[in-house]
Amino acid sequence: MSDVPAPTLRRTCLYEEHLSLGARMVPFSGWEMPVQYGGIIEEHNAVRRAGGMFDVSHMGRFELLGPEAAAFLRYVCTYDMARLAPGQGHYAVVCRPDGGIMDDVYVYCLAEDRYMLVANASNADKIRDWLRQHRPRFKAEIADIHTSTCMIAVQGPQALERLARVMDTEFVRSLKPRACAETDWEGKPLFASRTGYTGEDGLELVSPAQTGPRLWRALLDAGITPCGLGARDTLRLEAALLLYGNDMDETVNPFEVGLGWVVTLDDSAEFIGRAALIHAREREPVRALACLKAEEKGVMRGGHPILRSGQEVGKVTSGSYSPVLGVSIGMGFVPPQMAAEGTEFAVDVRGRLLPARVVRRPFYKRPKAGKESEA
Amino acid sequence: MIIPPDLRYTKEHEWVRLADGPSAGSGQAIGTVGITDYAQDQLGDIVYVSLPEAGKQLTQLAVFGEIESVKAVSELYSPVTGKVVEPNQALTDSPELINESPYEQGWLMKVRLADESEIHKLLTAEQYSDYIEREGE
Repeated sequence: MSDVPAPTLRRTCLYEEHLSLGARMVPFSGWEMPVQYGGIIEEHNAVRRAGGMFDVSHMGRFELLGPEAAAFLRYVCTYDMARLAPGQGHYAVVCRPDGGIMDDVYVYCLAEDRYMLVANASNADKIRDWLRQHRPRFKAEIADIHTSTCMIAVQGPQALERLARVMDTEFVRSLKPRACAETDWEGKPLFASRTGYTGEDGLELVSPAQTGPRLWRALLDAGITPCGLGARDTLRLEAALLLYGNDMDETVNPFEVGLGWVVTLDDSAEFIGRAALIHAREREPVRALACLKAEEKGVMRGGHPILRSGQEVGKVTSGSYSPVLGVSIGMGFVPPQMAAEGTEFAVDVRGRLLPARVVRRPFYKRPKAGKESEA
Repeated sequence: MIIPPDLRYTKEHEWVRLADGPSAGSGQAIGTVGITDYAQDQLGDIVYVSLPEAGKQLTQLAVFGEIESVKAVSELYSPVTGKVVEPNQALTDSPELINESPYEQGWLMKVRLADESEIHKLLTAEQYSDYIEREGE
């Protein structure tokens, strides 16, 4: 058992809500966060089958404002954010000049001169400093809204239906995948985007911190299951979504982890890491991130060696148990020629060899929704 | 947290129950081993348990297997020295029995004790209760 959490841990505006729901709280990236309320598998299944919600207020949030906010974002992100129209969002990475990934972020365009960037909790301070360092080149301002706002992700096949009981139905219906918009909720501003980190449909909401607890309780009343970081991790792993610090870090470039699609090189715009990323794209890759599925019982975890014919050829970066598949799954770096579907490996689980095979990404894909019209 | 009074406990959160009956005190005592309610609660959803086969020699407070939940792995320590008589086969397909019934259906293995007096080196229910209370602080 770990010792008493450091007294410096930060708490989100929903801390009291978590306690009253009996959550087990754990330190996570400097925050005291709920890892589970009931059981992880139960919460995982609630999201896959109906609707669950997560307090993600620990994630960094910044508003970028001003006539050159788009150019500023273009300069610090690998994706050409200047092509986003108001109401659109996009995923990207922030790279160092050498192409190493500093963070993976989501950027939302609220207006031509107003954007929101969401960063990982573990990188929030680093990204804030990085943005501040590069801001003076642009007519743009940075507003750190990390603690003044609350962020809740509502995910699952019934998420939108249940959200429509809590907020304006037309507003909820109007959001297409990756779209974002602002509205009012009980007289206070509310941001919503049709994005998430679970492989399910749903919205991510940002409200003022003072409104957070009321919004959380309204979502509970609508039958949405509170879910902790434990289920968040198993859900994102089944969807083969990357986790910063596990599957990528500053020693990894976007092409090595299948994120070439968020690197825009054809707009000839200058951005941090561009030259290194052009080089990385043209070079033979030295490793690839593969999706591994265990063939026997046992659980692979991050750090476990991946063996092929008895030789270590890579390491698992993320591993856990998949409640949907009923076996262990993971992702790991292997030589590119061994990343083909069907390739057999053994994962060294503390001395025991767990047979595993490369499978198609993702491990879990949600069934095509029949009734949610995108029109 | 359930802590049955008739069991003995390790600081690693295993329990052992001695069968009553003619073999007790004869040097042929059979003990049933499992993990405590507190341990299963701390681990959360258990998805895999690796147990020794029948015949395997065990040493008191040495590792005999491991248990995996969704979020963590934990080693299992034998409360007693002896020989495995029977691992709980039901756990192969239903490891969740440990969560649901840590002292009954979720038992891990039956062991033939080499030295019954070892039991006295283990914690009583009361001592274990105090121990986890302190650990939880």
